[in-house]
Amino acid sequence: MTVSNPPVASGGLVLPRYEVAAGVHPPLDSPAYRSSALRHPKQPLVPLAQRLTEITGPLFGAERVGEPDADLTAGHPGEPIGERIIVHGRVVDSDGRPVPDALIEVWQANAAGRYHHVVDDHPAPIDPNFSGGGRCVTDSLGRYRFVTVKPGPYPWGNHYNAWRPAHIHFSLFGRAFTQRLITQMFFPGDPLFPLDPIFNSIPDERARQRLISSFDIETTVPDWAMAYRWDIVLRGRTATVFENGDGR
Amino acid sequence: MSAGITPSQTVGPYLALGLPWADGPFAATPDTPGAIRISGLVLDGEGVPLPDAVVETWQADPDGRFDHPDDPRGAVQPGVAGFRGFARCLTDGAGRYEIVTLKPGSLPTPDGDTEAPHLDVSVFGRGMLNRVVTRIYFPDEEAANAADPVLRAIADPRRRATLIGEPGGDGELRFDIRLQGDAETVFFDV
Repeated sequence: MTVSNPPVASGGLVLPRYEVAAGVHPPLDSPAYRSSALRHPKQPLVPLAQRLTEITGPLFGAERVGEPDADLTAGHPGEPIGERIIVHGRVVDSDGRPVPDALIEVWQANAAGRYHHVVDDHPAPIDPNFSGGGRCVTDSLGRYRFVTVKPGPYPWGNHYNAWRPAHIHFSLFGRAFTQRLITQMFFPGDPLFPLDPIFNSIPDERARQRLISSFDIETTVPDWAMAYRWDIVLRGRTATVFENGDGR
Repeated sequence: MSAGITPSQTVGPYLALGLPWADGPFAATPDTPGAIRISGLVLDGEGVPLPDAVVETWQADPDGRFDHPDDPRGAVQPGVAGFRGFARCLTDGAGRYEIVTLKPGSLPTPDGDTEAPHLDVSVFGRGMLNRVVTRIYFPDEEAANAADPVLRAIADPRRRATLIGEPGGDGELRFDIRLQGDAETVFFDV
């Protein structure tokens, strides 16, 4: 390692500023989700001004995605068991701009509620034709589309008779470090919603509802697949870009 | 309340189904001159390593530039072939991560300050409903670190020290991430 070069002089450096998602995300300390007990900071978070490292980020696109990656039912000798579905939607900023050419990664359980993973000991069948991981890139309008099977609910050890509502994990980069998001998409009408400490860790009811996809008859393919639509909103830029001091 | 932002949820225990990339840990290829290995453990409040977490890093290139259109100084393609500024490593069964990168340059700020060389870090894991964000600074940058506006704002020297990597062997840096406990890492609200 060598000592870095002297800094570049900075006259009039004006940076975009991303909205703070106040009250949106679940608290890291969420006692009903027992695993959070030892995995949350107890010291208060330190405010970090958004500077160059925060308002930039990796711009991953098509180069990270292969042809079958957006079809989780492909790539195996046969078709997976389960309800074939299309999951699609748009990725936008909270200021309404689409997020184009952005990498989305997903993973999920199979139709029986079993993950293709050594840690999962749920006594439901592994499906040899379903691995459960996929990727795609948003198009120029921020749209994405996956083909998969509807995941099943599954039991977990958080409390007696605990079941997770069916969900698909989504990972998104957006265009800036500030926008990085990993979350879960749920399906409408799931009876497990009131019982799930992870879903209910989100304090605001309206924010919670934003994780639930909607049945989309327009996108179903007759005689082939059901469809669900789920739009994802990343932190957008605030109206004021001129900041001094602690522009968070 | 922010307008319609999608809330975060945990990656859960099965993140290895969706997040590993063969080239994930390599922000720079290991044979790049000046490449450094940054490694460490992700530890919970009882000092138990997390086998189900992922560490991601983002940083400027060695000249303090980004190949990104929102940098008002202009996007600059890295002068070093194969450098991409981003690395991702899932922790192994022992809670350990390792990435390979190049030391970033210093950065100007809108206030006319200078940020010392640093990596922004996100950690996601089972049991974590949102990411935590921290920074890795370099131990051989004492003067730059002393002038860094982020480090300067942390009054307690013991807390500040959690953000500075420990020198390892040649070209190696150790950076443990303690989610909770006496030596809890400083985490940021960005």
